[in-house]
Amino acid sequence: MNLTTFIIVSVIKTVIALFVLLTAVAYSVWLERKVVGHIQNRWGPTRVGPFGLLQPLADGAKFLFKEDLIPPHVYKPLYIAAPMLAVMFALTSISVIPIGNVVTIGNIKTPLQITDVNIGLLIVLGITSLGVYGVALAGWSSNSKYSLLGGLRASAQMVSYEISLGLSLVGVLILAGSFSLRAIVDAQAGTFWGFIPRWNIFQGQIIAFFIYLTAAYAETNRVPFDLPEAETELVAGYHTEYSAMKFAMFFMAEYANMITVACLASLLFLGGWHGPLFGPPLLQAILPVFWFGLRVFMFLFIYIWVRGTLPRFRYDQLMAFGWKFLLPMAIANLVITALIVAIRS
Amino acid sequence: MPDNYFARYLPILIHFSLAALLATAIVLLSWIIGYRRPTRAKLSPYECGMTPVGDARQRFSVKFYLVAMLFILFDVEAVFLYPWAVILRDLKMFGFWEMLVYIGIVLVGFFYIWKKGVLDWGGASTGRGEV
Amino acid sequence: MLHLVLFLIFGAICVAGAVNLLVQRHPINSALSLVAVMASLAVEYLLLGAEFVAAVQVIVYAGAIMVLFVFVIMLLNAGEEARTGGSRVAILFGIPGMLAGSLLVAWVLITHSGTQEVSAGALPGPPREIANLLFHDFLLPFEVTSVLVLIAIMGAVVLAARPESIEQQKREG
Repeated sequence: MNLTTFIIVSVIKTVIALFVLLTAVAYSVWLERKVVGHIQNRWGPTRVGPFGLLQPLADGAKFLFKEDLIPPHVYKPLYIAAPMLAVMFALTSISVIPIGNVVTIGNIKTPLQITDVNIGLLIVLGITSLGVYGVALAGWSSNSKYSLLGGLRASAQMVSYEISLGLSLVGVLILAGSFSLRAIVDAQAGTFWGFIPRWNIFQGQIIAFFIYLTAAYAETNRVPFDLPEAETELVAGYHTEYSAMKFAMFFMAEYANMITVACLASLLFLGGWHGPLFGPPLLQAILPVFWFGLRVFMFLFIYIWVRGTLPRFRYDQLMAFGWKFLLPMAIANLVITALIVAIRS
Repeated sequence: MPDNYFARYLPILIHFSLAALLATAIVLLSWIIGYRRPTRAKLSPYECGMTPVGDARQRFSVKFYLVAMLFILFDVEAVFLYPWAVILRDLKMFGFWEMLVYIGIVLVGFFYIWKKGVLDWGGASTGRGEV
Repeated sequence: MLHLVLFLIFGAICVAGAVNLLVQRHPINSALSLVAVMASLAVEYLLLGAEFVAAVQVIVYAGAIMVLFVFVIMLLNAGEEARTGGSRVAILFGIPGMLAGSLLVAWVLITHSGTQEVSAGALPGPPREIANLLFHDFLLPFEVTSVLVLIAIMGAVVLAARPESIEQQKREG
């Protein structure tokens, strides 16, 4: 494969990945409205298309035609750049996430992943840490009290939980011995005693899994940690002054981040695409992707379920929980994991 | 080609460029299609329908600064833990002890900030550090 | 070929970011230029084969330290700087000095590069190699880092807690 073919294949894979991701984003919004509707004994969207399935398209069109307001009191360059940054980083972290085994199409053999790198997990963490800028700059450049408070809260919360998030992954790294997401998934192949899968969650990382999940909810500013956009006190938080598509872009970023987090949780703790394989070769090729998608869907569903169920934390509780509970727990988990692995090896 | 070091990172750059292009396209499209009919009320900062009071840029609690500072320090700690975790199987018990010493020293700092009340936010119990 | 082109492009972005950092009058623009410098430096490391260092560069510098900078600017409500005319001394000595310095560096590099040239990727770059070096050969410096972190934690607390203790003294005194 020469360089030109390689670049063409990469561009095709990227375009497909972005298309799938954005569709998934649009339909998670639909799913959220539908599920939260049913939780609250309502129907959710029903008017546009069967079961309201065309609602995301209608919403998208509506956002495009809405008034694109740029208030005079904002700091214009950053006010416009902030949603773009948020979307850019949110869409980029998907690039190292594998969704299945290596496939062969014609004579081109390619992994179901845009690229597999040695430091895959670190790249996701790095891009996540850059995601703070979108929120912080949106809050600051809007020059409105609610926006600034929301932006400050959001960024303080995101950086606080990022540490617990990072430390909860150390246990997985110890078990896998690699940063490559594909290698981490491969390390979870097989079963104990023939029936319990060797997923990291069953290898003693169950506490790490819950720390990761909690920290990830805070990272993505979701209920019960959605204080940055606590509508009862901050109107809409850092995107109060935004309208039309720029407003929607923050939601795109939020849902894309949710999907990345769900993918990462499946890969790191739940064995990625491992699952029973059966049937003809074509089915065997598709099944891993299906198992992976199923896990991601499950995580998204739990996200929505939690939103429909739990109340919001108070800000001091949120910070205390992150620093005084999650962080010590994450450190304890990694020390214990390290001790067990060190004794065994 | 895909086994080449450089070729493994090139797709990330391509992906990032396409994502940036997409973000720009969305903003531009919205700016071109969306109609604009600004009025004075629409353009004023949102303040629940009241006339805005004062400037938004006020000084805030020094706590936010402290959180960012502590974040850097613990982030540095985490960054050292990643490579250690990857080769722990080779380092065996020696690796465990060297990291225990490291974490132990950093935890002394953690204990210190805990006792100093840096991790307590607002509330009636503590009012420290507010500016 | 593409490798070299990318290296030059990101080098140019890096330098442009650094210049922009000095030229911009609003602190937030300067801070963001510094983020761009850090990010393009990370890409340069990556192109030279230092994967792990590149990732750490993004996580620590662009993702943590610059967040603190942006935070401080947000918190202090720092506005635009007034443009001073620039001191005459800086123009008289600064520009020739800078030129002489860069000429010196270029001369040293050109005359001595033959002896110490290292091709990209020849030095340890993959995380495992870095880890082996760090946790065997450079164990002591690594452990000393923890003391450094400890001191920094205390320093941050002391710095931030100062106004409070001053107020207390005022109230008591």
